Amino acid sequence: MELFEAISTKINYWVYIVIMMIGLFAMISKNNLIKKLIGMSIFQTAIILFYVSIGVKEGATIPILYHDQVHAAHGDHGEADTSHGEHGAVESHEADIHINPDDFTNPLVHVLMLTAIVVGVSTLGVGLAITQKLHREFGSIEEHEILEIIKSGK
Amino acid sequence: MIWIFDSIILIFLVVTAIISLQVKDLLSASMIFGVYSFLMCLLWAGMAAVDVAFTEAAVGAGVSAVFLIATVFRTSRRSSD
Repeated sequence: MELFEAISTKINYWVYIVIMMIGLFAMISKNNLIKKLIGMSIFQTAIILFYVSIGVKEGATIPILYHDQVHAAHGDHGEADTSHGEHGAVESHEADIHINPDDFTNPLVHVLMLTAIVVGVSTLGVGLAITQKLHREFGSIEEHEILEIIKSGK
Repeated sequence: MIWIFDSIILIFLVVTAIISLQVKDLLSASMIFGVYSFLMCLLWAGMAAVDVAFTEAAVGAGVSAVFLIATVFRTSRRSSD
């Protein structure tokens, strides 16, 4: 029962390790260059899964404020109020609207991972462009055949 | 009951990752990789990371799959492993 508890509550992290090792295995052992690039993409997505899992809180919603919360926070005393949140809650004098940070997931990891997704697609595009260039040069996208052609002096 | 939904998606995620690397036809591998990206996007929407989810849906499942399919059509479709 304890083992089931340890696996089920942290299942994202277990699956992240499994997916990352699948990607690493493909990058090392596959002969086809496109298969290698698919493995690289799987590896990158696994790391993004790990980082997004860090920011999750129990019972929290998406990090977006409601309209009336925004309206109250940007009222007449809006800028002065935000510096007084001692208990992690920002209070407004006019209306008793509480913004509790525990109600929202951590948006910092989301912003970092947006950059990582774009970088991942760029590396995939460059890798596929190099694959097309190699196919035009050697007539093959298998790694061992390309190495054979290079070794035989062409 | 969100954890049942998450667990089913995580199992399918591992299955699609393995299938897309095992299948010999590279066009099938590209399409199954698109399915993998879309499952990952559903998982992030469930984890309240909506901005990451729709970026992954547009960029991961859309643009990556199109790049892979374009490369497969310009090179060869068969894979040795």
